[in-house]
Amino acid sequence: MNEQAQTDACGEPDLLKVDDVTLQYKTPQHLVTATYKVGFTVRESERYVILGPSGCGKSTLLKAVGGFMAPVAGKISVGGKSVSAPGPDRMMVFQEFEQLMPWKTALQNVEFPMRATGKFNRAESRERAISMIDRVKLGKFSDVYPHMLSGGMKMRVALARAMALEPSILLMDEPFAALDALTRREMQEELLDLWEQFRFTVLFVTHSIEEAIIVGSRILVLSPHPGRVRAELDASRFRLDEVDSAEFGALSKRIHGLLFDRKLEASLKGA
Amino acid sequence: MPGVEMRALRPRPEFERDPVDASDIGDVERPLALTERLTNNDAVRRLAILVVLGLVWELYARWIDNPLILPTLGATLTTFFGDLMSGVLIDRVATSLRSLMIGYFAGLFLAALLTTVAVSTRIGSDVLSTLTAMFNPVPAIALLPLALIWFGLGIPSLVFVIVHSVLWAVALNTLTGFRSVPETLRMSGRNYGLGGIRYVGLILIPAAFPSILAGLKIGWAFAWRTLIAAELVFGVSSRSGGLGWYIFEARSELETDRVFAGLLAVILIGLIVEAVIFRFIEKRTVLRWGMQR
Repeated sequence: MNEQAQTDACGEPDLLKVDDVTLQYKTPQHLVTATYKVGFTVRESERYVILGPSGCGKSTLLKAVGGFMAPVAGKISVGGKSVSAPGPDRMMVFQEFEQLMPWKTALQNVEFPMRATGKFNRAESRERAISMIDRVKLGKFSDVYPHMLSGGMKMRVALARAMALEPSILLMDEPFAALDALTRREMQEELLDLWEQFRFTVLFVTHSIEEAIIVGSRILVLSPHPGRVRAELDASRFRLDEVDSAEFGALSKRIHGLLFDRKLEASLKGA
Repeated sequence: MPGVEMRALRPRPEFERDPVDASDIGDVERPLALTERLTNNDAVRRLAILVVLGLVWELYARWIDNPLILPTLGATLTTFFGDLMSGVLIDRVATSLRSLMIGYFAGLFLAALLTTVAVSTRIGSDVLSTLTAMFNPVPAIALLPLALIWFGLGIPSLVFVIVHSVLWAVALNTLTGFRSVPETLRMSGRNYGLGGIRYVGLILIPAAFPSILAGLKIGWAFAWRTLIAAELVFGVSSRSGGLGWYIFEARSELETDRVFAGLLAVILIGLIVEAVIFRFIEKRTVLRWGMQR
């Protein structure tokens, strides 16, 4: 389509290209269409947020980018290479705390992927793991097993583990949704801090409008069931301490309108 | 509703203040008294129970005063240590343990093989489920006649029934363990590009370890009781009988204290494996990882 124009508009190449992707999965009774012809591009160092109500297929979309399921139609490519299987260039951070390996300490959890993928040697992995654990402020807990850590700490380990591997893109699937409100805010701050330091590219899925505006530099709004693109908005101008500003409120209201509007329409059709 | 307007919220003053001084609590952590620590110790409590049971046994045996029916604890222990020193008992135990080890590890090997097939293909999983459902409820001893026909008197028959008792319990538990590995953990394993043997060895086996260990324990208990029972039916092969044979022989000679000494050995070995070996593995693994409490 017009991807040529998109690339040209701003000299940077697109890191992630999702091209008219339709995703379907099977439940025992149904064939469910999760997303329909969704297309977007993510550039280097963007904090790209996919926002939508539950059931809009945003997590499924992230799994497809991760390589865990293949699109029925359309194409996904990262750095020009088509995505066909899971790989360490696309590290996922999940919402569930079970993503950590309970038989390894916090430090070993961070170290393991670097060793398993063979991307770094033993000494390098250890060194990088220690420095990454320090960056997420878990230095004191590096030899502790996950079951002794709080939810926020486990999430920090998962984040450190994904970042230590230096993936092309970090995929985060509602990572802070299981945390309490205070910890969630703390983690959002921390993620932004880390981004300031490393300028990594992140694709972040959430259902919270507020989180989308805080975390994202760009927000893709999906309509519910099946997920279709509703809007793509710029949120790079907001800092975390501007949550109470009028502009923040206005954007939040606008997004709310975009999401709610479509819901109303759908329910009217159903009636 | 009358009186609702009376329930209106009346304003109350707000305030902010520094938290009260908590230094007068004293030590935040303080060691428990010695008696409390002793009663909190599992080993101490269990030892106390054993001592009481032993006392009851000794007193009751003395009271009925019939060593043919119930020898005293003292007589049993004397025979036990006597046979231990003369080497008879050690010899018998060694014979039993040898068959047990062969059977146990052969069973584990087959279980690993079956489970590998079962996790990698759907038909394999169906095969394992069906076989387990069929054979798990069959007591190993019921297969002994068949074993005798196929393998004759001797170690191969013992190994056959032990393999049967270990295989299904371990395979079933391992498969259940593999199936209950959380989806996110699987996905993060595949995220690192792990596949095949490395995926099974580095992710699935450790993640399923609590179930696998439970299977190993159940398998061990089944194997041990099957072995002793089988040896009671036939225990001798070329003069070297096992522990079951030791008990059987003592019964023929009406040496009840020796029967008890043999049973004591059965219990002791069971305890050692359970409370020392498996406990050690548990402490080093699942308990430490918080996968089991």
